[in-house]
Amino acid sequence: MIRDFSRRPIFRLAASAALLCGLAAPALAGVFNPETFTLPNGMQVVVIENHRAPVVAHMVWYKIGAADELQGKSGIAHFLEHLMFKGTPSVPPGEFSKIVARNGGQDNAFTSYDYTGYYQNVARDRLELVMKLESDRMANLTLTDAEVDPERKVILEERRQTVDNSPGARLREQMRAAQYMNSPYGRALIGWEQEMRGLTTADAIAWHRKYYAPNNAVLVVGGDITMKELRPLAEKYYGAVPARAVPQRQRAQEPAQQAARRVTLESAQVRQPSWQRTYLAPSYMRGAIEHAYALQVLSEILGGGATGRLYRALVADKELAVGASSYYDAMGVDLSTFGVSASPRIGVEIATVEAEVNKVLAELVEKGVTADEVARAKSRMQDAAMLARDSFSGPARLFGEALSMGRTVEDVEQWPERIGQVTPEQVNEAARYVLREHQSVTGILLPKPTS
Amino acid sequence: MKFIRLAALAFATFLTAASADAFEIERVTSPGGIEAWLIRDRTAPVLAIQAAFPGGSAQDPSGKDGLANLMVALLDEGAGPLDAQAFKTKIEDNSVEFSAEADRDYLTVGLRALNTRRDAAVELLSLALAEPRFEPQAIERVRGQVLVQIQRDAENPRSIAWRTLWTTLFPGHVYSRRAQGTAETVPVLARDDLVAFHRAGLVRDGMKIGVVGDITADELKPLLDRAFGKLPMKGALNSIPEAKTASPGTTTVIRRPIPQSVVTFGHVGLKRDDPDFYAAFVVNYILGGGGLGSRLMEEVREKRGLAYGVSSSLSTLARAGVIVGSVGTENAQTATSLDLIRKEWRRMREEGPTETELKNAKTYLTGSFPLQLSSTGRIARTLVNMQVENLGIDYLDKRNSYIEKVTIEDARRVARRLLDPDRLTVVVVGDPAGLPVN
Repeated sequence: MIRDFSRRPIFRLAASAALLCGLAAPALAGVFNPETFTLPNGMQVVVIENHRAPVVAHMVWYKIGAADELQGKSGIAHFLEHLMFKGTPSVPPGEFSKIVARNGGQDNAFTSYDYTGYYQNVARDRLELVMKLESDRMANLTLTDAEVDPERKVILEERRQTVDNSPGARLREQMRAAQYMNSPYGRALIGWEQEMRGLTTADAIAWHRKYYAPNNAVLVVGGDITMKELRPLAEKYYGAVPARAVPQRQRAQEPAQQAARRVTLESAQVRQPSWQRTYLAPSYMRGAIEHAYALQVLSEILGGGATGRLYRALVADKELAVGASSYYDAMGVDLSTFGVSASPRIGVEIATVEAEVNKVLAELVEKGVTADEVARAKSRMQDAAMLARDSFSGPARLFGEALSMGRTVEDVEQWPERIGQVTPEQVNEAARYVLREHQSVTGILLPKPTS
Repeated sequence: MKFIRLAALAFATFLTAASADAFEIERVTSPGGIEAWLIRDRTAPVLAIQAAFPGGSAQDPSGKDGLANLMVALLDEGAGPLDAQAFKTKIEDNSVEFSAEADRDYLTVGLRALNTRRDAAVELLSLALAEPRFEPQAIERVRGQVLVQIQRDAENPRSIAWRTLWTTLFPGHVYSRRAQGTAETVPVLARDDLVAFHRAGLVRDGMKIGVVGDITADELKPLLDRAFGKLPMKGALNSIPEAKTASPGTTTVIRRPIPQSVVTFGHVGLKRDDPDFYAAFVVNYILGGGGLGSRLMEEVREKRGLAYGVSSSLSTLARAGVIVGSVGTENAQTATSLDLIRKEWRRMREEGPTETELKNAKTYLTGSFPLQLSSTGRIARTLVNMQVENLGIDYLDKRNSYIEKVTIEDARRVARRLLDPDRLTVVVVGDPAGLPVN
């Protein structure tokens, strides 16, 4: 199940996304071999075939997310995602998912900073039905207070469950707010509670009218389907929705960070302290984008499994921590972050762990990575891409995410080649560029001292 | 996200697989006498092997809770000629996804690897299964990881709610104990315990294997001997007594200063081999297993916005069966949510599902089956579960007919047998208002 609304899951997605798009070096023919075309109304269509079972993953991605919200209206992107299930003139409120289920399908939706997505996994002979339903709510969503009011309570419960009840999630939200002083990436993805309470039916309708247009969406279908079969259906259902003018993304940009920031959260719910740090970093789309591929290789070398430098130093050799890893997501319209984290063993001070992480990072920046480390990391990443072909829905998700950011089909297909081209010197440059303390936020989770 | 299926976060051990005509299962026996069920699948250049061994954490000796869990966690921490770092390096350099877990009743071990890495993957699997080193340094490292996890869970509301429910449902039985162990038991687990548990549990007797990938039966046979042939034939398992499930109908409140009460609930259910299992499965889908369309979701979330998620699920174990569920509700509304859940529990018991609900449940449960067979790893696990639960090699073809056969009379009768709001046993972690406690 997809959980895109909170900080942590996005990292997990990032890791898997990075892992998902690759290809073994010898056969550079293409990993997923997608086919694509664009409808006259501007909606791009992508097919990734997988004929294991007679099922398809049907996904529509809108190029709109929480970072596009107006100041003071945080949460509206995610709220609308919920409200998309509240009916049209032809589908009564709450019926959407029931119709899908009655047809043996599973459906859900997800919201991120840069996109909002909807999917149904169904038998191939039900594909037309879900295309009809999905295009209907793109064009004809109807909302009334009677439906919106209880759903506002649902998203508030969702916030309590996923953020407010969890000290780790609360700390990550605070770290994010500290990392992005000016960029809308600093806001809570699900919304700040007091602003969520104020979101109205009119806000939701305005959001839908403004952004839910075919020319602002991508259709991705994975599974037992060919473009020849899909194309007429896409023309019939999505092609019938007229294009509308959609405003360009205009987002405040993050200024250069001048000083390291520290965030500490103490909670009675915490028995075991933990440590993490994020560094402001380029993405594929923003900042020093030339480092985006090298940073993925760097993350694999630093934090890849049990042979990564952090695990080896902190867990295996020094026995200070029970876990240590790194993460980086290049997929973002605006500046991303490069993260490192460590969990101390029982009885080991946070300061000791932090000092050791600093030592590992300093050594890497000073002495650089080895050619062998880079070769091994690249090989694993390319293998992971081949492994990703196993799933009928995973590749659809990869393409949907990339295209909703403004990346291309070729960018995804060529990922393994581009990873393969990364040199040790590029990894070293990227490390020197990003791993600088003054552009970092350090977050510490601590037990509340008992009186 | 629209919703999370909370049930998936619980401890579902039964299988919800069903028919998919695309899959043909072959029974393969190696020269060394090792049997596996194989589905040849050419979709991706990937091989998945999954194996289950009878005897999971329910075998932990008294006072040594967490032994099975620690043992399987050490399988890839050094084996044969390779120390931990060398083993992990080989695993990672060959991009092998290795997994080893201790369920209540079974140990499961599996791998997924590219075809080009097949030989290396099988060699590593063989070493991990038959020749783990259990080196003192690795034991201490993994013990430290388990102890930190125990500490993390100590004040996690969801973890508290589930483990308290579990202890309430299975008083005095091994199922009431924690599979990962406790802060008291994990420190006393010794290397000898690990070696003995490994010798007793990882044996060929009772082992079940599922394989999926682009591989023929003849290619698989020698691999089976290489992967599993070094295991001893027989082990020594304790017999686990049938659990006397308690369903006292109590409400336990564990006060914590958090904004949302985390609630778990449940009572005795039925086992996987019960003749009423499929009817119960359908009834639970309608009551609380079916996501947004379920009665619980309709009443608690859709109509009133009292929760983000509420669900119920059947949990079937070798020696017990329970129906359990959970909900998270703002403290002020917790009593209301629980009233609604009890009311729906009672309404389903007294009236059963409607004809329309039954029809809709069947079309979902039968139609969605192939969606579960979405990757080699998931299919391989399904093949193992079919053997473990004794469902027959034709189960994939027959499963949907078992669901179709459930009549409205069956559903009503089983709803009455299964559901009892007066026995519904509740655990609340949070600061709920106005909750009568008994």
